[in-house]
Amino acid sequence: MLKRFLLVLLLSTPLVGVASSGGGHLEKANVDVSNTASLQRGARNFMNYCSGCHSAQYVRFNRLGADLGLSEAQLQDNLMFAAERPFDTIQVAMPAVDAKRWFGQPPPDLSLIARSRGADWLFGFLTSFYQDDTRATGMNNLLLPGASMPHVLWELQGIQRAVYRIENDAAGNEHEVFDRFEHTTAGSMSTEEYKEFVRDIVTFLEYISEPVKLERIQLGIWVMFFLLVFFLFAYALKKEYWKDVH
Amino acid sequence: MSTSNNEQGAAKRLLDWVDARFPLTKMINEHAAQYYAPKNFNFWYLFGVLSLVVLVIQLLTGIFLTMNYKPSAADAFASVEYIMRDVQWGWLIRYIHSTGASAFFIVVYLHMFRALLYGSFKPPRELLWIFGMLIYLVLMGEAFMGYLLPWGQMSYWGAQVITSLFGAIPVIGDSLVEWIRGDFYISDITLNRFFALHVIALPLVLIFLVVAHILALHEVGSNNPDGVEIKNTKGPDGIPLDGIAFHPYYSVKDTVGLAVFLMLFCAVVFFAPEMGGYFLEHANFEPANAMKTPEHIAPVWYFTPFYAILRAVPDKLGGVILMGAAIIVLFLLPWLDRSPVRSIRYRGWLYKLPLGLFTAAFVMLGYLGMQAPTPTYTNLARLGTVIYFAFFLLLPWLSKVDKTKPVPERVTYHA
Repeated sequence: MLKRFLLVLLLSTPLVGVASSGGGHLEKANVDVSNTASLQRGARNFMNYCSGCHSAQYVRFNRLGADLGLSEAQLQDNLMFAAERPFDTIQVAMPAVDAKRWFGQPPPDLSLIARSRGADWLFGFLTSFYQDDTRATGMNNLLLPGASMPHVLWELQGIQRAVYRIENDAAGNEHEVFDRFEHTTAGSMSTEEYKEFVRDIVTFLEYISEPVKLERIQLGIWVMFFLLVFFLFAYALKKEYWKDVH
Repeated sequence: MSTSNNEQGAAKRLLDWVDARFPLTKMINEHAAQYYAPKNFNFWYLFGVLSLVVLVIQLLTGIFLTMNYKPSAADAFASVEYIMRDVQWGWLIRYIHSTGASAFFIVVYLHMFRALLYGSFKPPRELLWIFGMLIYLVLMGEAFMGYLLPWGQMSYWGAQVITSLFGAIPVIGDSLVEWIRGDFYISDITLNRFFALHVIALPLVLIFLVVAHILALHEVGSNNPDGVEIKNTKGPDGIPLDGIAFHPYYSVKDTVGLAVFLMLFCAVVFFAPEMGGYFLEHANFEPANAMKTPEHIAPVWYFTPFYAILRAVPDKLGGVILMGAAIIVLFLLPWLDRSPVRSIRYRGWLYKLPLGLFTAAFVMLGYLGMQAPTPTYTNLARLGTVIYFAFFLLLPWLSKVDKTKPVPERVTYHA
């Protein structure tokens, strides 16, 4: 992964559309979609920091309200900045044509991002922006090298730089390997506070990628219980009939 | 039947009325109540019935999905999310259908393996095996076309890669690919025709073949784990001594197996519908994008053994031919196996060992087909391919020289 990362750095490609396959050492996001408080904070963070550029076009506000325990008034006052009606979906005001001109490609819709990328990757992505003066945004990302997304949360996290160490591979060649991040400018949040902030966002993204998840699991328990009872009766019936077979 | 109460008398009269005009009772007897199956069926004999159940599950859920799905490049992806979020119980129907696709192949592969274990393809069941293989072939087409419909990245690029394989055929290749796609690349037109084939053409063929498969089975009678022909030992009433009526004996037994199967099936549907990315691939939650090729394109798990064989050959045409041959050779199995003994229970090491190696190679190829190719993996895939074909090519000779044990007259059964 690092080789590609360095290559991208070198060529300063305006945009890399594909995901980096690596990371390898992803920190676990530890999201819990049954944590309503985290979901509510995540929704707030999402609407404040993400929804300016990213849509979540399959997510309806009223469904959100129902699942997150928010009244229609609370939705209107806290989350629905651009949307008018409770059954609207989370759309983005920025025209796609402008987005393409500004960022190279329109920022992706985030409805299903947690299902295509995974929560751990998202958590890693949002915590691994680092200073890189060769980039137009002044920032690069360890998990998505050449990311066209600026570090929107830098005021909260502060600015960090990537520190590398030299490692020899099996053939004895030297490679620069990512070692750690080092804070150069402090943000308004501590590292732990920032991680919690990001975790709330990722929890929210996980929820919107499959809003029915909790209901699905709850129903599943009943279905399994029914099937177990059904199995017992079926087994007893089989025993009874097969008494005749010798 | 007693006619002591009026209601029963009315039911009997209705049945007589129908029977005089349609062979209802006759059919029920022929295929269930008086179809005599060997009494020694084991675990492996469940998967025929289970394939039928999964077929019905797929047909029913498919009908309801069709009510809300939109087969157009512009709307397909969004309509699937609409089903997942806005349609009442849409998520459940969709998960049952997506899990059903993988479940179908699991039960069919186990069903086919059963035939290899007990020689169920051997005379007089050759045509039964051929019908089964045709079902498998159509099922692969059905699954491949269905996989394009969600219009995700993997749907799109999987279809792009697989259809491009036909381009390897000399002279007509390129025109053939264009004819299949209806366009120069996978597009709205391709999606439309795949939808038509997936929801009507192939399911019709599938149902027809399943009926033929069952009719052929009931004509020759079921094989069993001992490979003994139960029709050779009949009682004075003409009923095989080792046979029991399918209904009620196997209908109640299969119900128990069905309950266990449904528990596993529902565990996936409700607790792990993506099955770790094997049943629903992560990349397929991203809408199809013709401008953006994914880093790693792999078909769904049930195609990967053949995909690994394709990639094991450096030459594209050679790979396509070998992949096709890997499927065609299965059709010839009844004539490749010359052993006088059906069941593995009475066959020697020259069948047991090759079958074990073949099975291991098939599973290994399945794994390798999912991975990005590396030199080591490619060599392993070549080894797997050699074992796969060696099994079939050596079978005529191995099955002749193999030392078999004497087959008993009657089936072994312990109540």
